[in-house]
Amino acid sequence: MTLFIEQCLNGLQFGLLLFLLAAGLTLVFGIMDLVNLAHGSLYMIGAYFAATFAVWTGNFVLGAVLALAATLVVGMAVEVIAMRRLYGRDHLDHVLGTYGLILFFDELVRVIWGPEGLSLSLPSWLNTSVQILPGVNYSAYRLAIIAVTMVVAGFLYVLVMRTRIGMLIRAGASNREMVGALGVNIKLLYTLVFGLGAALAGLAGLMQAPILTVQIGMGENILILAFVITVIGGIGSIRGALVAAIFVGFVDTLGRAFFPDLLRLMLSKDAASTAAPALSSMLIYLLMAIVLVVKPEGLFSTGQK
Amino acid sequence: MRKTLLVASTALMLAAGPAMAQQKTIKIGFVSTFSGPTAVIGNNMRDSFELALDHLGRKMGGLPVEVIYEDDQQKPDVGKQKTEKLIEFDKVDFISGYIWSNVLLASLKPVVDSKTFLIIANAGPSQIAGELCSPYVFSTSWQNDQTPQAMGLYMNQKGVKSVFLIGPNYAAGKDMLAGVASTFKGKVVGQELTTWPSQLDFSAELSKAKAANPDSIFVFYPGAAGVQFLNQYAQAGLKGTIPLYTAYTIDELSLPRQKELALGVPGAQEWVNDLPNDANKKFVADFIKKYNGSRPSFYGAQSYDAVNLINSAVVATKGNLSDKEALRKAMEKADFKSVRGKFKFGNNHMPIQNFYLQEAVKDASGDFVLKTVATIVEDNQDMFHDKCPMK
Amino acid sequence: MTGGFTIRNIVTVALLVALVLLPLYAELAGQRFLLTLFTRIIILALAAVSLNLILGYGGMMSFGHAAYIGIGGYAVGMLAHEGIFSGFVQWPVALLASALFALVIGALSLRTRGVYFIMITLAFAQMAYYIVAGLARYGGDDGLTIYKRSQFVAPLDLSNKVQFYYVCLALLYGSIYLVWRLVNSRFGMVIQGSRSNDMRMRAIGFPTYRYKLVCFVIAGTLCGLAGALLANHTDFVSPGILYWTRSGDLIIMVVLGGMASAVGPLFGAVALLVLEEALPFVIKLLGTPFFGEAAARASEYWQIIMGPLLLLVVLFARGGIMGLLAKVRAKERA
Repeated sequence: MTLFIEQCLNGLQFGLLLFLLAAGLTLVFGIMDLVNLAHGSLYMIGAYFAATFAVWTGNFVLGAVLALAATLVVGMAVEVIAMRRLYGRDHLDHVLGTYGLILFFDELVRVIWGPEGLSLSLPSWLNTSVQILPGVNYSAYRLAIIAVTMVVAGFLYVLVMRTRIGMLIRAGASNREMVGALGVNIKLLYTLVFGLGAALAGLAGLMQAPILTVQIGMGENILILAFVITVIGGIGSIRGALVAAIFVGFVDTLGRAFFPDLLRLMLSKDAASTAAPALSSMLIYLLMAIVLVVKPEGLFSTGQK
Repeated sequence: MRKTLLVASTALMLAAGPAMAQQKTIKIGFVSTFSGPTAVIGNNMRDSFELALDHLGRKMGGLPVEVIYEDDQQKPDVGKQKTEKLIEFDKVDFISGYIWSNVLLASLKPVVDSKTFLIIANAGPSQIAGELCSPYVFSTSWQNDQTPQAMGLYMNQKGVKSVFLIGPNYAAGKDMLAGVASTFKGKVVGQELTTWPSQLDFSAELSKAKAANPDSIFVFYPGAAGVQFLNQYAQAGLKGTIPLYTAYTIDELSLPRQKELALGVPGAQEWVNDLPNDANKKFVADFIKKYNGSRPSFYGAQSYDAVNLINSAVVATKGNLSDKEALRKAMEKADFKSVRGKFKFGNNHMPIQNFYLQEAVKDASGDFVLKTVATIVEDNQDMFHDKCPMK
Repeated sequence: MTGGFTIRNIVTVALLVALVLLPLYAELAGQRFLLTLFTRIIILALAAVSLNLILGYGGMMSFGHAAYIGIGGYAVGMLAHEGIFSGFVQWPVALLASALFALVIGALSLRTRGVYFIMITLAFAQMAYYIVAGLARYGGDDGLTIYKRSQFVAPLDLSNKVQFYYVCLALLYGSIYLVWRLVNSRFGMVIQGSRSNDMRMRAIGFPTYRYKLVCFVIAGTLCGLAGALLANHTDFVSPGILYWTRSGDLIIMVVLGGMASAVGPLFGAVALLVLEEALPFVIKLLGTPFFGEAAARASEYWQIIMGPLLLLVVLFARGGIMGLLAKVRAKERA
């Protein structure tokens, strides 16, 4: 039972982290109709900035805040220099162009920071476990991630649902042309939204950094998961992204935790231990395929795309 | 388009040009990982390889040496393609390198088919020591199972009663876990394999290990994954409650990022930087001098030995590379000063060697370094040599 | 593909002839490595040609096309592992398995459109990837070495490099011809019509779903053939050949070459793969006189040039290489 609670927390933490990535992706996707494969690169850059600034300032939290600001700036710069020119193009062009950006960022990071990657050490008050229930200890840092992402999710909710910018964002997600026709400064709105998405990706990256270390290409595996969430949740829907992210987090973690034992009941021990990690990674894609077959536009579709 | 083709073919020809112009050079191909997160391993191997050549005056038996480095991107199919390129296009006399067991297994066929000498500088899948052994294949590293077997022996010495095994799901990962289980006399209470190299979050596995409540955890995570594992092990609150035993998880390359987390975690290894022999002292001191303070790793030590093994055979045959039989016999003698001290080959061309226990400590200047704590086992031979048809 | 001496047609014919003569050059110049390189290029070009059928002509943006390479490859690898080496068994099984897979995922995926279609094809390909990675008997993550190539009747020997090259080349040219005939047939018109306006085609009375599904299956089968060839070429299959980045590579080849043409993907494959081989050389060559040793190290960073190059192609060279060649012609006229 304690094991199950722990695995659920693992799933929740992973899911919420994925939400940060997926939220930015779904906003950019929904409003600018841009498929941005380079979103994972911003996640990586956030982590690299955090590791660098934390060493410079000697303070984990200060380093994280600086990294967040820096990623926001990089994101807006990327939008102005490259992304802006891709709006209104074919999705295929987006895939190709932003794939090129991935190659570029990966190599750029290698030139600047070297191939071996960095590490970001936690302050000692986070690098322990705490008792959350009698007999259940859980990593303090993972709890902190859960808390921070929940706050960010709340902030996003208020931003999107209760502010003027949020209103434009929502309007943009369901009908782009109309927002432009109403005389809103679309260019600025796009740059801001892209920067926001970049900052969210950077936040995810810098929070993952102490768990996973900082390395080149760290964004690519997780990017695909973020896309899966965006699509399951319905493009442009923050709420859909949240639900789908937590769902995917649970399926992935619980699958990895309990699927191997299940498989061992059916297959020989050797075959099961080889097959289990692979097949439990497959569950997420199975989930997405089922959702799309049943609801071809995702769970919470915002409009005709 | 034709221009690109033209550029490509001129470039290819120019690259081949200098080699053809000289009457005779010793050509060595070196396949390792030079891109992606594990490039740090490949670079350490290359640096050590270059240092060994410097020490030889970049000549073997009076003949100049040319090395061609190729990047396998840690992918079996790419490694195989690069190996074929070295054999067919560069027509190398020797091939060395190979960090990863799966890359090596994929690349083996073209090497053996072309009867090119292969000196493996790291990977040691069980097949190469057993049924797939070849007269042309030598290793300056180990067979995968040997190091964890030594760890299993050490855990017996420490009186450990039960263990939970965690490792990556690829050829070496499975060999490692099987290796420790084969010598460990206590109970294996659980085993988890993770998707390699993409899975980086081990929370689900650590939770399971914790729930199984074993005496100890054994892990194998080379490269950056080793840093991640130690981070998450500490964050899960396991440090200080369930002791960790490792193979190839803490080394000179990962230590600068593992720092305090690595202190007191034992690992088994066939080479440690403080082994007291002259060849090793020279290797370590010159490496640190040449590469501005960065330190050699066991990957590098094996690459350094590979150069000296090739050199010993070239010198013994007076540079006559066409007599493969004589060359093979010279290699089998292993007549060179290994940085790990004693060194000889078994019937399957795998080393018979000592294994040591190493631990991370903080030295006087505050740097983290590895040091030898004990010799676990002497003159250890792998358990697959009986399956090798060569006698 | 209209007749006449346009620049585009001359370059196309030149490339097609050059590929036929390549083994001769490789032999004379002692560059046998070129033969290996170009065999690989031709096989991947075949995969790209098949992708172009659905992507370029049908507007179906499949992000999972590498799955068929894997299925075709694994069909050959698994049968060889079980001791069945006859190509007369291996190849039909490879084609059939790919066709079946395409039928199933096509039937499900074609219910969606746009980005959702991209993602669902990706999902199915990833599932295939994880399934082969989980096959302990066939090497799992480590892949499977194929010790003997597909066996055919006496004079045909696939282990002979030149023979194998010409087999691949013949199959590639055959496929290009097939695609060209297909898209110019009534069937192809329906497919292209549905790309521009699916609703209108349906209103006219064409069951476009069925047309598209047939097109999808044909493309999958052709790509499975490429997979069977690739397995024979590398004597090795691993889950890596199904990974999503490989599907991405195929898309790049198609777009780089130009989607509006049956030979475009061939140009794309040649350009991309030759560039990959040549770019490090070029950096080293141009850099060494100025930067010495540093240039050799810098050549490992060739992707820093490759990345923006792709972006530039997207931004400024729509229609890819074929589009550029057509433009050359247009300028001459003016």
